Amino acid sequence: MTEISERRVISVIVINESSVLSRITDLFSARGYNITSLTVAPIPETKYSRLTIVTSGSVRVIEQITKQLHKLIPVLRVYEHADLVEKEMAMIKFPVTENITEISTLCEAYNGKIVNVGENVIIVMVTDEPKRVENFLKVIKRYNPKEIVRSGAVALER
Amino acid sequence: MQISGAQMVIEALIAEGVDTVFGYPGGAIMNVYDEIYKQDNFQHILTRHEQAAVHAAEGYSKVSGKVGVAMITSGPGFTNAVTGLADAYMDSIPLVVISGQVPMSLIGTDAFQEIDAVGISRSCTKHNYLVTNASDLPRVLKEAFHIAATGRPGPVHVDIPKDVTAEIAEFDYSIKVDLETYKPHVKGNPRQIKKAIEAIANAKRPVFYLGGGIINANAAYEVRDLVHKTGIPAVETFMARGTLSHDDDLLIGMLGMHGSYAANMAMSETDLVIGLGARFDDRVTGKLSEFAKNAGVIHVDIDPASISKLVHANYPIVGDVKNVVNEILDSVSKINADKYEGWRETIENFEELHPLAYHEDTDRIKPQWVIERVGQLLGDDANISTDVGQHQMWSGQFYPFSRPRQFISSGGLGTMGFGFPAAIGVKAAMPEKTSINFTGDGSILMNCQELMTAVEKKLPVINIILNNNYLGMVRQWQTLFYDKRHSETDLSVQPDFVKLSEAFGGIGYRVKTKEEFDAALKDAVEKNIVAFIEVIVERLENVLPMVPSGGSLFNMMLLEKKEK
Repeated sequence: MTEISERRVISVIVINESSVLSRITDLFSARGYNITSLTVAPIPETKYSRLTIVTSGSVRVIEQITKQLHKLIPVLRVYEHADLVEKEMAMIKFPVTENITEISTLCEAYNGKIVNVGENVIIVMVTDEPKRVENFLKVIKRYNPKEIVRSGAVALER
Repeated sequence: MQISGAQMVIEALIAEGVDTVFGYPGGAIMNVYDEIYKQDNFQHILTRHEQAAVHAAEGYSKVSGKVGVAMITSGPGFTNAVTGLADAYMDSIPLVVISGQVPMSLIGTDAFQEIDAVGISRSCTKHNYLVTNASDLPRVLKEAFHIAATGRPGPVHVDIPKDVTAEIAEFDYSIKVDLETYKPHVKGNPRQIKKAIEAIANAKRPVFYLGGGIINANAAYEVRDLVHKTGIPAVETFMARGTLSHDDDLLIGMLGMHGSYAANMAMSETDLVIGLGARFDDRVTGKLSEFAKNAGVIHVDIDPASISKLVHANYPIVGDVKNVVNEILDSVSKINADKYEGWRETIENFEELHPLAYHEDTDRIKPQWVIERVGQLLGDDANISTDVGQHQMWSGQFYPFSRPRQFISSGGLGTMGFGFPAAIGVKAAMPEKTSINFTGDGSILMNCQELMTAVEKKLPVINIILNNNYLGMVRQWQTLFYDKRHSETDLSVQPDFVKLSEAFGGIGYRVKTKEEFDAALKDAVEKNIVAFIEVIVERLENVLPMVPSGGSLFNMMLLEKKEK
């Protein structure tokens, strides 16, 4: 049972100093753990940054990941989330020749909108749960997206 | 006090009570070496290779319990030292290794002797620093010593660009280390300890599984008290040798791949493993699913990541093993001496069935005899280092260790070339004891240049080279698992080890008989100079018992019985 691999979101609070990000990513590569996505930004008015790491592994692997992360000297706290609010942003570029009305309507269904209109392309953004973002990206395939960028997930415990 | 970065390094080392630094100068670290020249508060031992400097610092640290210090230059100086860092990391040895770096203005330009040192050392140190301002140095150095020595100990690397060592800044070493992100758990959870004590009371066939963490935590004598108070038999890992004295009735022996039959069988039959400062290494457990299959597991370790990493712990206790053992000692009642009589009898039967032994059935000296013999002649008066290979396992099996920190060997990383420089560090830290390095004809050539260091600094290490003209351990595996295809392990072509030692100003002996060996060892000890004693031993001797890699502990290849 413990060997089933599951998707997990881990938040890590670290001292905001040089090379701290490499310490985290080196740990994952050195021990053969996966990083599905990783976001990082400073926490306002502190010397800390918050990383949100989406990873996967068995219960045992996830336990090791959190323990190993905690062992790193600049790591203050590691949260392995169970009950959380999780959001991700995606921006997509479409040719203006596509059906903008339909795209716009779809965007609204996924907490999004058109954020830029150019001569040849429009850019839309959506912000939603990672699974829904995934779904959105499937749905808009037929409008020939030229470029897609995803932010990776950020999460907060409920 | 306004001083240069280089002076700060010296002042910090003095303030930390460092009496010996091992190192090798070079361009980027020259400012610091200039300050070393001007001071006489600590001695600097010039090794002849940076790897040896770090191994010597490891030996120094392991035997003394203090933080070892090594100093090296940038680029190749640093990369040569990486093996030492990795070795210290695997065996949790507290070191501070200071390297020079190219000036800040040249970092990232592929400058002469530039390498991303902290990038490389990140994965083989407990922590590392690239110091970009001299004003950071007092804090960084103080943190480095603190981090190296506390919690699960380990090496800390401090990389200092050349211009930072020249920069003048304020030096105040009275600052307190304030690391809010680093607070090791040293006190075990009382509730967990209580549960563990109950488990011990309920166990019928418990075994202490003693690991190297006990030695690191200076807890061996407390562990001895606990073992004697409870009457529970104990096995030791390779790294824990000397925790119990070799003549302790409750010591079953070393367990693992080359552990004794009795130790491995006790581990397989036990109903409660009491793990103290051990990390369930693959060389210890064999096949995990069969390891101590029917047993509950108490696991005491300072490193939470070691607990339940490989074997699930029913009673996990994060804490300093010395604290936890003292807590248990206070609460555990003296157990009725008869309680484990049956269990101890079972173990004695294992011991009688397949004792740790070898056959003296060839003309050549058996390597095991040499180790036993040194044990008889020097025993407690020697500190023992080893290189890596067959001789290392025989040392673990056959030397009569009587105290913690007597045995210095590269356990986790298995670094050939470790033994001789480590023994130099051992001798520097504890000159009153004879420093023996058991080595092989393969390993000794990996740092034999250290003859020069030992001769120059009058650190009379006695290297006992068990020469079987093979890379013996690999040869053993090839014999057993590769149908005797001895690929690149035949070392028939060799230097003249006697002349090699003499060329550096040491003494050399080549012995083929037991009498010659006794005479050579006696002479080397009396003369008190650096020595190579080359012992021509049986070529094809195997280390037994042996649990084949990935096999179960109870499936051992054993010494064949001979009719008397």
